[in-house]
Amino acid sequence: MMTSTDAVRVGTPSAPRDMDTPVVLDVNDLRTHFTLPAGTVRAVDGVSYRLHRGRTLGIVGESGCGKSVTAQSILGIVPRPGKVVSGSMVLTRADGSTLELAGLDPKGKVIRSVRGNEIAYIFQEPMSALSPIHTIGHQITEVIRLHTGANRDQARERAETVMRQVGLPRPDEVLGRYPHQLSGGMRQRAVIGIALACSPSILIADEPTTALDVTTEAVILDLVRSLQDTTGMAIQFITHNLGVIAEIADEVVVMYMGRQVERASVTDLFLRPQHPYTQALLRSMPRLGKRAQARLEAIEGMVPDPFSVPAGCAFHTRCRHYVPVRCDQPEYLEVAPGHWVRCSRAGEVA
Amino acid sequence: MTTNIPLQTGTAPAGAVEGDLLVVRDLVKHFPIRKGFWSKIVGQVRAVDGVSFNVRQGETLGLVGESGCGKTTTSRMVMRAYQPTGGTIYFRDRTQGWLDIPTASANQVRGIRRNLQMIFQDPYSSLNPRMTLLDIIGEPLMVNGVAKGSELQDRVAELLRLVGLHPEYMARYPHAFSGGQRQRVGIARAIALEPQLVVCDEPVSALDVSIQAQTLNLLEDLQARLGLTYIFVAHDLSVVQHVSTRVAVMYVGRIVECAPTEDLFFSPKHPYTEALLSAVPTPDPTRRGSRIFLAGEVPDASNPPPGCHFHPRCRYAAEICRTTVPPLTEIAPGHTVACHMSDQLSLTGVHA
Repeated sequence: MMTSTDAVRVGTPSAPRDMDTPVVLDVNDLRTHFTLPAGTVRAVDGVSYRLHRGRTLGIVGESGCGKSVTAQSILGIVPRPGKVVSGSMVLTRADGSTLELAGLDPKGKVIRSVRGNEIAYIFQEPMSALSPIHTIGHQITEVIRLHTGANRDQARERAETVMRQVGLPRPDEVLGRYPHQLSGGMRQRAVIGIALACSPSILIADEPTTALDVTTEAVILDLVRSLQDTTGMAIQFITHNLGVIAEIADEVVVMYMGRQVERASVTDLFLRPQHPYTQALLRSMPRLGKRAQARLEAIEGMVPDPFSVPAGCAFHTRCRHYVPVRCDQPEYLEVAPGHWVRCSRAGEVA
Repeated sequence: MTTNIPLQTGTAPAGAVEGDLLVVRDLVKHFPIRKGFWSKIVGQVRAVDGVSFNVRQGETLGLVGESGCGKTTTSRMVMRAYQPTGGTIYFRDRTQGWLDIPTASANQVRGIRRNLQMIFQDPYSSLNPRMTLLDIIGEPLMVNGVAKGSELQDRVAELLRLVGLHPEYMARYPHAFSGGQRQRVGIARAIALEPQLVVCDEPVSALDVSIQAQTLNLLEDLQARLGLTYIFVAHDLSVVQHVSTRVAVMYVGRIVECAPTEDLFFSPKHPYTEALLSAVPTPDPTRRGSRIFLAGEVPDASNPPPGCHFHPRCRYAAEICRTTVPPLTEIAPGHTVACHMSDQLSLTGVHA
């Protein structure tokens, strides 16, 4: 475990793992739409995946692709006027019973017992996720007391344990501080600590390292991974950064315009990408260590307007492999074991 | 009527070589920390603490480092948005010759501004929402008396085409455009006066992955076409490697290493550069890193550690590093590094 008192150290690589552990969350054909005067935005339009115990699922896509709304749908915190219109999200609880999260009253008792307790959420910007007028200690003990019914002292004790777990030295001191007194990396550790306070079985991390410097990012990713090893929680890791995904995920879902375009193990996705969008994304990014200063292969055009998603394959307007008629109704098919692609030309394009 | 004859005109500063466009020497910026009713100065944030570098005509100098390292403050001083506490910034103006930006007269600065432009990070906050693209891109042309009326419109149309936008968009407001398109508008505004030097402050970090590549390509095309020189401030090392000719790495207000891009990335000589490079996540799951994890935090610039600022987090630190500031010395042609141990270490760069 990384603590700030450790000397500088060199981490050991951790290989991607198979998704061979029990399923804790089964999301099936989830659709979340926003009905606005100007039309309907299908922010999430048919997304299916499973979270496995002790494994990390990465969700990658550009802004507006629906990756955050997917996470919000699970917790019932989709901002208005967004609504889960169909699909199912089945949570397997610690006692083995199952709970359907779709259709729960977002203000009801049931979902509130899940939120922060069984499913925890880490937001992108640690500063805006924390209350500026309460101490870290206040914010973490609040969660613990709410969900476990612990008294003040027990909650305090648990809080100190968790703070030590996330590598914050002198927890009693940190707990008495306000968010603005901590650095970005320490704040994100505190947020992770709050998320872990009730030992959730699922952690949803929404761009948790985007606001951090690379050196801090590396440390936080390592922390998340080692916490997963000790607690066995399932992680849904949302990011737009393909480098981070390659670093932490076991399985990856690629989203474009609310739809899942590809799902595969992290190794397959990076070494054998099948969807033209995934291929184009991987080609367009500058890579460290590429010697030739060649031009980048940019993806042409812009992300389409969410009110008028192109018919048929949503990516066809920017796809260099587009063939009229054939690409009108791409189906989501398994092209190799565990490798799903929504492209009519999957297998023939590279 | 007396004509204002600039004193420094034409005299090249010490340390300038043929082909230099900007020569920065011992640049210092301290921000006072004030406290109490009388706003008494209780300390100094040493945001930039003795920075020297040259920028050559036509190249791209990458300036990298973590937040708070002083890279933005440095670029702001080059733009004369901040007055330095000390040091000189000599710029070889197209018409006026060598001028020290911080001490230049108002008249001289007006001339310099035409040749020194900036591209901002956030394409949402850097464009006035109440101005049309014609107003935004045309303003520098109008203010500097380059064009007006229909000539102005023609010039703006040409600039829009140059950055890959339809000239018909001229009458629209920024809200009608996506982030990537807005950044193109910001670029068009910056190149409107055909500047010599453009300071790009994190120009692609607010953009989506697929738009980043387009924007980087555009910046490179414009550089080739217009002979621009860039100072490229960024924290994304893979982007910096892609665009830069040379790279300077900053840590707590000082340059710790400066070298041609390939040398810096493939054979870094400063332990901080090594750690920074090792922290970058690579998009290849078969090469999950053996990362160097730096302990602790970036030191507070108001109270930096003595000696080498990096020594508390450095795994090679020796006794001398705790007491003596390492000078920036040239260890290979064009490769400077500020580390006492640089000749004894063999550090790991990125893999090809």
